[in-house]
Amino acid sequence: MDLGNYASLAHFLPELLLSAGILVLIIVDLLVANKSHLGDLALIITAGALLLIALTPVTANAWLFHRMLVFDGFAMFFRALIALAALVAVWMSMGSEEVRGCDQGEYYAILLASTLAMFLMAESANLLMAYLSLEFVSLTSYILTGFLRHNRRSLEAALKYLIYGGVASGTMIYGMSWIFGISGSLDFTVINKALTAPGALPVLAVFIALVLILAGMGYKVASVPFHMWAPDVYTGAPIPITTFLAIGSKAAGFALLTRFFFPAISSLTASGSWQALKGVDWPQLLLVICVITMTLGNLAALQQTNMKRLLAYSSVAQAGYALMGFVVLSNDGIRAMLFYLFAYYVMDAGAFLVVMIVANNTGREDIGAYRGLAWRGGIVPAVALSIFLLSLTGIPLTVGFIGKFYLFAAVIRGQFYVLAVVGVINSVVSLYYYMRPIKTMFLDTPNGDEGTLAADTWNYGLMSVLACATIALGIYWAPIIAFANRSLNFFLGA
Amino acid sequence: MNHALTLITFIPIAGMVVVLALPQAMKDICKWIAAAATAVQLLIAIWLYRSFDTATTAIQFAEKHDWIPSYHITYFMGVDGISISMVLLTALICFISVFASFSITRAEKAYYALLLMLDAGMMGVFVSLDFFLFYIFWEVMLLPMYFLIGIWGGPRREYAAIKFFLYTLLGSVLILLAMLGLYYYGAQSTFDMTVLASNASHYSTTFQRIVWIALFIGFAIKIPAFPFHTWLPDAHVEAPTAISVILAGVLLKMGTYGILRVNFAILPEATHQLAWLFLGVIGTINIVYGAMCAMAQTDYKKLIAYSSISHMGYVMLGCASFTAAGINGAVLQMFNHGTVTAMLFILVGVIYDRAHHREIAGFGGLAQQMPLYAGMTGFAFFAGMGLPGMSAFISEVLVLIGAWQTHPLMTVFGAATAILTAGYLLWTYQRIYLGPFNEKYAGYADLTFREAFTLVPLAIIVLILGVYPHAVLGLLNTSLVHLNQIVLSTPGPAVALLH
Repeated sequence: MDLGNYASLAHFLPELLLSAGILVLIIVDLLVANKSHLGDLALIITAGALLLIALTPVTANAWLFHRMLVFDGFAMFFRALIALAALVAVWMSMGSEEVRGCDQGEYYAILLASTLAMFLMAESANLLMAYLSLEFVSLTSYILTGFLRHNRRSLEAALKYLIYGGVASGTMIYGMSWIFGISGSLDFTVINKALTAPGALPVLAVFIALVLILAGMGYKVASVPFHMWAPDVYTGAPIPITTFLAIGSKAAGFALLTRFFFPAISSLTASGSWQALKGVDWPQLLLVICVITMTLGNLAALQQTNMKRLLAYSSVAQAGYALMGFVVLSNDGIRAMLFYLFAYYVMDAGAFLVVMIVANNTGREDIGAYRGLAWRGGIVPAVALSIFLLSLTGIPLTVGFIGKFYLFAAVIRGQFYVLAVVGVINSVVSLYYYMRPIKTMFLDTPNGDEGTLAADTWNYGLMSVLACATIALGIYWAPIIAFANRSLNFFLGA
Repeated sequence: MNHALTLITFIPIAGMVVVLALPQAMKDICKWIAAAATAVQLLIAIWLYRSFDTATTAIQFAEKHDWIPSYHITYFMGVDGISISMVLLTALICFISVFASFSITRAEKAYYALLLMLDAGMMGVFVSLDFFLFYIFWEVMLLPMYFLIGIWGGPRREYAAIKFFLYTLLGSVLILLAMLGLYYYGAQSTFDMTVLASNASHYSTTFQRIVWIALFIGFAIKIPAFPFHTWLPDAHVEAPTAISVILAGVLLKMGTYGILRVNFAILPEATHQLAWLFLGVIGTINIVYGAMCAMAQTDYKKLIAYSSISHMGYVMLGCASFTAAGINGAVLQMFNHGTVTAMLFILVGVIYDRAHHREIAGFGGLAQQMPLYAGMTGFAFFAGMGLPGMSAFISEVLVLIGAWQTHPLMTVFGAATAILTAGYLLWTYQRIYLGPFNEKYAGYADLTFREAFTLVPLAIIVLILGVYPHAVLGLLNTSLVHLNQIVLSTPGPAVALLH
């Protein structure tokens, strides 16, 4: 179905709700003196968007707004995931001491705008739309990162983010212009037809163009060598924003990357594997990026003493694991990647939430603040953080293990044995730094200068939900894999 | 009882939940709850032992339910002769180790909860017949072990705990990859070990060998086989007594059990071709090297740890022999080593609890002060040496008889090491219990009732199996002879080295 502007609106309700919500937030912010309930309002809007997504199942795939956006199972998966990420980010913002001092109306309006932009990124079916949505995400992220106006680290992080982002998007749009020159269109399906058509293709030109575009997207998912911004930005941003960048922005990046690489420039064969564009050894190229991303992320994380920085490097490594599903160029791999991104959402959000709880109480983010946490009244967050970190390592009975299991299964099935071995060795290496906070919390005895921890209903509530989900989905994950399976549905045009 | 195996695996989990739910004020009864849970487990194990049909190779007490059908993952439990003996050993050692834990006073709730979780994990490994389920239990057990060593251990506990975790995780991820390889490249996609075993011939020779080696490394780290053994002395030295008992008594057997259950049953051809090197030669190195290291130790517990490495070598050598006697002896040795080493570690713990050090040179003449303790240690040392009339004699002799037929040279080394073993044990006995009495230790109480209660049952089992080994051999024989036949029916190694 190729829908026009009005007909498209029926499939666009979550985005419409978010847009309306952003306006309402700005207006209410102007009218109301007591700003403390703006967070509640943002939470209701996000929950409403999530509800709308849940209530509108994909019955028929369609092009929206004259082939600018696409409505299919794959977009649906990422809309749901990003909405969940936004929900967690808003919830965390409401309980964060850092955010409390900020301008509430602007903060939540920009957070929701960023969510809207990620939705659009996951749905783009056109290079122009892809570029605009990616820039939209970037601009909102820069502001959110630098939102702690009086904090130098926050400002520095925003500036670094801006500079890296500017270079990456410049590179990307340059690559897009080459593709436009070669194929004569910005529409993914037309590009696909032009590039996969039999006949001579300027292989070198296409290769250069694609590498430039992938660089822009690689920056969003923080894959090596475009990861340099991540540690500084993750450390400087307020923790709810760090969380949102780590789970939401990364998911949107993966959505665009996958949609561009698979339906736009590859073709699906009957056996469920994808035939990448001829002329270049794509698996080999991607494999190198994937291996370097996970290895470098893990090695850099080994020496970190700031929890946010540790989790930042870990998130680089985690992107590397998720890329394993990408490298094998098969539906198996994409399904595993989708599952892993969901698992990553649950466990990484949880880990950042505990970091925020500790920071709220002690004002510290370094690992020293966790010394003997289990023995000084913080047994619940200590156990929860252990669950999240073990899940990130991939220890069984957690959703992280199942995610890795599917990834390795896809890799073994695709006969990428070296990648499988590198992947598991990386898991073992990562155990060392994931266990360090656990060791600090349980094995070390407190010095007495770490401060105390007070339980609060909202943060502890969310933490418990995420911890229980990490375990429950590690024991019975059939609904999630079924969802990922249903979402493995790209609209290629009919 | 159709759910006996589920029950025996999850009883400790039920106990764990109860322990965790107890209010802090009632923490004194944690140990009794743990004792009750393991006692019930032991009773079920005895019931299983009594109702086990020794005449068949079929899987018994099987339970099978779908878990994740889209990936052919099932909840499949069952036992044959090999696993039933390990189930019995696990239940026994866990029961004993609860009583050996009574001296723990710090954070008891957490301690007993983790101990019970460890128990469930080990039991699960021995009763699982779905590879995925097996793997879950295999890994889940690492975590409580890490905390038990890391929180309640000695001065270098953090180092020992993370070393244990890293080594064994490296092993397990290799098993994971091998498991996925078997799943995808077999005749049908399944994790069911019985089906995988019947499809053995479907895999190509090269594939079999690669997967076999990956699995072997994974399991060898647990045994621990040379050169992957270095985590064990550290873990033992730092671990609290009861955890050492479990570590040596049960955990190490999971390595050799895995080799029999997976390498032998699923990849018989590769086993037939590679065993002489990986099990035979490395097993012999384990025997000789472990004994020599033991001789050089100045720490009582480290000495026992190295003797453990040495004794596990006999298990590997027996497996490599491919004779009924050798392989029966190997599994019997697994059982016997479990009971004897458990005694040895409890005995080390007894003196450590009093003296708070384990330097062999620091003791002397303890027999005068603690005659019962010295007597019991003498008994355990003789059992460790494999003196006739005690259980280890039977199993080691069976291993050597079996191995002699296929690997005479290795057998010579294995048999000669008995002299080294006797040497280091007797020398240790002399330095600690005999000679002039060190007045520093005057006033030390002899074995308490609780300590005796943990030692005497094990001693009785050692004696019974010394004169009537059929009590365990009867369980094993049918399954093992069948397994051995399967391996022998495949083409053997091209070069018969060292024969």
